[in-house]
Amino acid sequence: MIEIDRLTRLYDGKPACDAVSMTIETGTITAIVGTSGSGKTTLLRMINRLVEPSSGEVRINGTPTHSEKPHLLRRRIGYAIQGHGLFPHHTVGRNIGAVPRLLGWPKDRIAARVDELLTLFSMDPSEFRDRFPAELSGGQQQRVGVARALASRPDLLLMDEPFGALDPIIRTRAQDDLRQIQRHLGSTILIVTHDMDEAIRLADRIAVMDAGKLVQYGTPAEIIAHPATPFVAEMVGEADRPLRLLALLQVSELAESGPADGPEIAPDATLRDALSACLWSGRESLPVRGTTQRVTLEAIRSRAGAHA
Amino acid sequence: MSDTATTPAGLRGLSPPGLLFAVLGAVSLLLPFMTLRANRIVAGEGLPAWQIAEPGITLPGLTVLALGLALGLPASRPALRLGGALLALAALIFLLTNGATALMQDAGDYARVSPASGFWCLLAVTLLLAADALAQMRPGPALRAVLLAGALGALWATLASGLLSELSIGIEYASRASGFARATVRHLWLSLGSLAVAAAIGFPLGIACHRVPAMRAATLATLSFVQTIPSLAMFGIMIPLLGALVTALPALQAMGIAGIGFAPAFVALVLYSLLPVVANTVAGLDAAPKPAIEAARGMGLTPMQRLWQVELPLGLPVLLAGVRIVLVQNIGLAVIAGLIGGGGYGTFVFQGLNQTATDLILLGALPTVLLAMVAAITMDILVDLSRRTPEHAR
Amino acid sequence: MTTAPRNAPMALRVAPMALRLALIILLAALVLAPGLFEPVFAPIAPVGGPVIYTRSSLLSLSLSHLGLVAAASLASTIVAVTLAILVTRPAGEAFRPLSRSITNIGQTFPPVAVLALAVPALGFGVGPTLVALFLYGLLPIFENAMTGLTTLPPQVLEAARGTGLSRRQRLWQVELPLAAPVILAGIRLSLVIALGTATIGSTVAARTLGEVIIAGLLTSNTAFVLQGGLIVGLFAALLYDAMVQIERRLARRMGRS
Repeated sequence: MIEIDRLTRLYDGKPACDAVSMTIETGTITAIVGTSGSGKTTLLRMINRLVEPSSGEVRINGTPTHSEKPHLLRRRIGYAIQGHGLFPHHTVGRNIGAVPRLLGWPKDRIAARVDELLTLFSMDPSEFRDRFPAELSGGQQQRVGVARALASRPDLLLMDEPFGALDPIIRTRAQDDLRQIQRHLGSTILIVTHDMDEAIRLADRIAVMDAGKLVQYGTPAEIIAHPATPFVAEMVGEADRPLRLLALLQVSELAESGPADGPEIAPDATLRDALSACLWSGRESLPVRGTTQRVTLEAIRSRAGAHA
Repeated sequence: MSDTATTPAGLRGLSPPGLLFAVLGAVSLLLPFMTLRANRIVAGEGLPAWQIAEPGITLPGLTVLALGLALGLPASRPALRLGGALLALAALIFLLTNGATALMQDAGDYARVSPASGFWCLLAVTLLLAADALAQMRPGPALRAVLLAGALGALWATLASGLLSELSIGIEYASRASGFARATVRHLWLSLGSLAVAAAIGFPLGIACHRVPAMRAATLATLSFVQTIPSLAMFGIMIPLLGALVTALPALQAMGIAGIGFAPAFVALVLYSLLPVVANTVAGLDAAPKPAIEAARGMGLTPMQRLWQVELPLGLPVLLAGVRIVLVQNIGLAVIAGLIGGGGYGTFVFQGLNQTATDLILLGALPTVLLAMVAAITMDILVDLSRRTPEHAR
Repeated sequence: MTTAPRNAPMALRVAPMALRLALIILLAALVLAPGLFEPVFAPIAPVGGPVIYTRSSLLSLSLSHLGLVAAASLASTIVAVTLAILVTRPAGEAFRPLSRSITNIGQTFPPVAVLALAVPALGFGVGPTLVALFLYGLLPIFENAMTGLTTLPPQVLEAARGTGLSRRQRLWQVELPLAAPVILAGIRLSLVIALGTATIGSTVAARTLGEVIIAGLLTSNTAFVLQGGLIVGLFAALLYDAMVQIERRLARRMGRS
């Protein structure tokens, strides 16, 4: 569990991050969302003490972060940033093994961990281990960056706009991969993004920051359904709210018995996809694949309206 | 390439620089190839290449020379062009040595023969052809090292064979062989020793300037001011300064440091070397990509680990480029030491200027140029080798 | 000497100007009224020997020195920039690798060696000095002009073509103005080297300020050495500073700073 307690950072007497408190459960993804200058990156960088807090403290599993030397603390916390920050003069294998080497792991254990991570990120170790970062595509570089951050099985993974430099299609894939790998490893991840879509897609909990203050902290559904301030509402996008809400829910939730014609829809597709399919094909209901059930336009409509 | 549009159809396939070299070579043949003088000082008589010896010598020599330059013409065959340059070079040396022997046969005891403007122009054209062909071939560092070793070996063989001993500069060398060896050692001490001291001061200073931005501007501004002081003035000013220091601290005198000669020259060279070393150290350390530095901090590298594992390896080529600048610069500037009794090749240059003895000037200037070039090529090879990542991945 | 940012306190902004002015006054005094400095130099002059160099007027030596540098640098600039323009046009492309190697090799030639090698060809006097200054001055200017002309932002060049400028117009209205700060930096390097090499020119009988230093070295008169060294050093520093200021102003206008 990560506890952030009244964390504040002043620059020239002005708070860049103003008394932020929040608690992050182990094994979850939390997204910090805000516009540029909202203090989200400052908050993130205070957690591994790349920025020293002016006041307040962070506790990881009960231990305050200031009780340890900063560089030792950082070796326990993974850190992935926009533009990957790979060392251009080291091979992929050496990049991924950087923190384990700092921690003094034996060579064969590092090598095994490198191969394990490359496989996890669907990159063939024998092919990629000895390449240099500049010989990889943007998406591969980004995956190696995340793999490096995860290499020493950190208590916590901090990510600062990790997908910011990727084009939209590769970004979506990288987000799905991250979600899958997080479930697989049970990591605790704190990700900073300015993209509400990314936050909703990835996070279990979303923290919205504005002008240095934490303005709302809750599940994606809460944030979408009940934005605490006009700013949060604007971040969510007034017009898109019902669609975003539907995108969080699966078809199986609304499946009911009854007949339907036409192509089937997968039970784990989102209600947003189901709505889209109804509208596009002009049907009132869709058959759910692998069942005798259906999902109806009527049910989707009332679900979108029943956000209270 | 758009150059097909601008090259006349008949010349397509020919290298424009190769064509230029052939024309320049032909024109250079009209200049006097060698000079025959009654003695060391007087002005001499210039002879064109076809009059330096019997046609039995000049005809094959000139034919091979022409052939060599002609081989420089095909644009798409760099190896052939390099071969042509080497052939032309061999022909030039053949003509020079045989010309010297032939001319000295009928001349008086004090007579001197030396290469004249025509020879020097042809030599320059040949070397430029070689350089152009090499630039086309883009040899890697290993091949360049082999080529450099080969060239130096060939040069040494030519000098050691005594083929050039009948030339005026050869006679000049023979009369001061031991002085020449001393000057060489002294010149190397001045240029390499001052580099070592400058590196010992400059690298830590550069690292400090990189870490402490407040130091950077002031240090670099001061050092560039030092760099603008003309060399003669700097060497001159060092004499009273060091003289005063030695008077004040007799211990220095006991160590053999004096206000004139080697010491002021050495100190002046160190001062000149600091700017390139410090500036390139700062630039080299800055060369590491910002996200890589941020990631290094974020993953818990200590400042020292960051320096040794990330910033220095990535900045090494730039650091070495600074060393290259200093080395070439010092080899040249060390000549000035000759004016203040500091020794080195400058001694010959300035004696030669005083005595209006061209050969003595050349005896000082040519080895200086050669030394500087060898240093530059060697350092370029090292700079290339220090780039760790594969070339295509940059 | 650096320029303080515009929002710096008054004292920081005035200090470089004051320093500059003080150096100019010092230089003028050293050249125009060397007698004033007799008490300063007297302690380091040989006992009973002359303190102030009077064999020729320092003003005329300075003018001759600067004239030599100006003439050679002007010629270098014109030739080097012209060559750089030719080599960066499509028609001259074949010469580009060659010109790079010549620049690389040429810069390993020590300026003193160039000067010494010019003497056998041209005899003593102003001639070899002028030629050596000219030849050596070509390289930094050519190199910088090449850099300036080949690293222009491609979008700007594309826009220039798009607006229908002819090749000549693009060169004069876009490429040269944008490359100007880089070219000027080359001219500055070349000027500083020329100023220093011209000093050595007095060993081949050119009339320059080096004469004062050489006279000091030959007669072991430290006062002469210091006097000549100070004047040349001040000229070099002020010239360097002036060029840097011009470059900054230009670069700021081009948004390339």
